[in-house]
Amino acid sequence: MGIDRSAPSITTEGLRPEADGLIYGLTPPRSDEGFLVRHPSVIRVASVLAVLVAWELYGRALNPVFLSYPIAIAGALVELIRNGELLQATLQTLRSLVIGFAIALVVGIGIGFLMGRYRLVSLTLDPFVTALYNTPSVALIPLIQLWFGLGVTAKIIIVSMSAFFPIVINTFAGVHNTSQALVDVVRAYGATARQISTKVVLPNSVPFIMAGVRLAVGRAVIGVVTAEFFTAISGLGGLVIVFSNAFATAKLFVPVLTLIALGLCLTSLAKWAERRLTPWKESERAAAR
Amino acid sequence: MTGVVALEVRNVRKLFFQPSPRGPAGLLVLDDVSFSVREGEFVSALGPSGCGKTTLARIIVGLETAVAGSVMIDNRPAGPPGPDRCLVFQHYALLPWRTVLGNVELAMEIQGIPKPERRERARRYVELVGLTGFETHYPHQLSGGMQQRTGLARALAAEPRMLIMDEPFGALDAQMRTLLQDELLRICEAMRVTVLFVTHSIDEAVYLSDRILVFSARPGRPVAELTVDLPHPRGQETTRSSHRFIEIRKAVSDVLAERTDYYRGDRQIGAVHHD
Repeated sequence: MGIDRSAPSITTEGLRPEADGLIYGLTPPRSDEGFLVRHPSVIRVASVLAVLVAWELYGRALNPVFLSYPIAIAGALVELIRNGELLQATLQTLRSLVIGFAIALVVGIGIGFLMGRYRLVSLTLDPFVTALYNTPSVALIPLIQLWFGLGVTAKIIIVSMSAFFPIVINTFAGVHNTSQALVDVVRAYGATARQISTKVVLPNSVPFIMAGVRLAVGRAVIGVVTAEFFTAISGLGGLVIVFSNAFATAKLFVPVLTLIALGLCLTSLAKWAERRLTPWKESERAAAR
Repeated sequence: MTGVVALEVRNVRKLFFQPSPRGPAGLLVLDDVSFSVREGEFVSALGPSGCGKTTLARIIVGLETAVAGSVMIDNRPAGPPGPDRCLVFQHYALLPWRTVLGNVELAMEIQGIPKPERRERARRYVELVGLTGFETHYPHQLSGGMQQRTGLARALAAEPRMLIMDEPFGALDAQMRTLLQDELLRICEAMRVTVLFVTHSIDEAVYLSDRILVFSARPGRPVAELTVDLPHPRGQETTRSSHRFIEIRKAVSDVLAERTDYYRGDRQIGAVHHD
C-alpha cells in the first residue's frame, strides 16, 4: 500500500519503430532500485579503502620487515619509478611474456587445428598433450635450464609452455565441435577443403580459442614470474627476490602490485579482443552478465 | 508442360550401414528412384517421415553418394557439389558469425565472384526476400522466418540452375509457413527457377507444386505422380478455398493412404510439425 508501482509514463509520441522493429532514442523509466544497486562501484571502492586504512593502521604497529603499510609502499613505488628500476624490470618481464605468449598462440592454434582436423594427428599427440597439461611447469624448469641455460630463451620457453596448453586444448575443442550441418552448407556450394577450413572451421573455433587465450594469459603471467625466480634473476619476479632477500618489504610490494596490474591489463585486453573477434556472441555475453 | 529436362534421377539406390545383432547390416532408404524435373517446373517430393526424401535431396546436391544409379543435370552427370544446384536446408544452417549479408555472400565467395559484384548481388537478393534493413543483423537476432529468408537468399544469390529445398518451412510456425510459401511462389514466378521441394505436408505440396511425386515409406520410391493444374498466380485464400484444390488434395491424400503408410503407425504426420 502506498507504493506506486505503475510505470512512469514516457513520451513515445512521434517516435516510430525503425525497420528492425525497435524505437531508438528513448530514456528508460528511472529504476526504483536502491542507491547501492544502481552504483555497485561505490561498494567496491569503499571496500578497498577500508582495507587500505586498516592495513595502514595495523602495519605501522608492526615491525616493517613483516608487513609494510600503504604509505611506505607508495613511497617505495615513487622511488623505484624515479630510479628507473621498475620500468626496466617491467620491460624485461613484458619481453619474455609477449614473445613467449606469441609463440604459444601461433603453435597452439596450429597444432590444435591439425589435431581437430586430422584424427591421425590427434591420436598421435593426444597422450603428450594430456600428460604435459597436467604437469606443473615448475617441475620442468630444471630440465629447461639444462637445455636452454638461464637466459631469456629459457624464460620465453617457460612462458610458452605455460600458455600453450589452454590454447591448444581449446582450439582442438573448437575445431572438433564444428557442426557437420555448417560444413555441409559450404560443401554443398562446392567448397574446397581449404575453404571449409577458412570459412567454417576456423571462425567456429574463434570463441573457443579466445576462451583459451583468457586462461592462457593468467598462466603466462605465473610462468614468467616463476621463470624469473628460478633462472637468471631479472624482471619483476627478479625484483621480488632481490627485495625479499634484502628484507625491503615496502619495495617488495611494488613488483607484486605491478604484476597484479599487469595481469589485470592483459586479461582486459584478452576480453576486449574476444569481444572484437566474436561480435555475434555479444547478446549471449550480455545475458550472462 | 513441355520443356527441357533440367534434372533427371535414374534408378538411384541408397543404403546406410548400421550395426545389428547379426553384424553390420544395410538399411535400404531409397530403392530404384527415377524421375525428372523440367526447366522452370516446381516439383514436390511428398512422403512420410523417414522415407529418404532428405537423403534424396542430399544425393542430388552431391553431399551423399548413391550406391547405384545416377543424377543428371542438363543431361550431364551431376559432378561434385557446385553452385549449379543449391540446397535450402530445413534448419537454415546459417553461419552464426556472419551477418545476413555475409551469409548471402557465402556461395558467391566460394564461386570466387569478386567482392564488389558479390556485395551488389547480395543486396539485391536480400531485397528480393524482403530483408532490407536487416543486412547487418546476425542470425540469432532474427526470427525463424527471417532466418529461412536469409537461407533462401543465400541459395538464390548463387544463381543456380535449380533449387533443392529440404523441408525448408518444416521448422516454422503455421503463419510463417504460409507467408514464406507465398514469397517462394512470387520469387519462382519472377525468376523462373526450377525447384525440387521436399515436404511431408500434403497442403504445402498441393499449394506450391506443378507436379507431386508421392514417395512410399522406407525404402523410399516414387509410387505415384500427380499433376497440379491450379492456376497461377496462387493465393492462400483463393487457391486453398477453390474446388480444384480440395479435389487434388483429396486425390493426393487417397494415394498416400493407399500406397504408403502415411496414415498409419505411431508417427502421425501431416498437420503436426514436430521439431
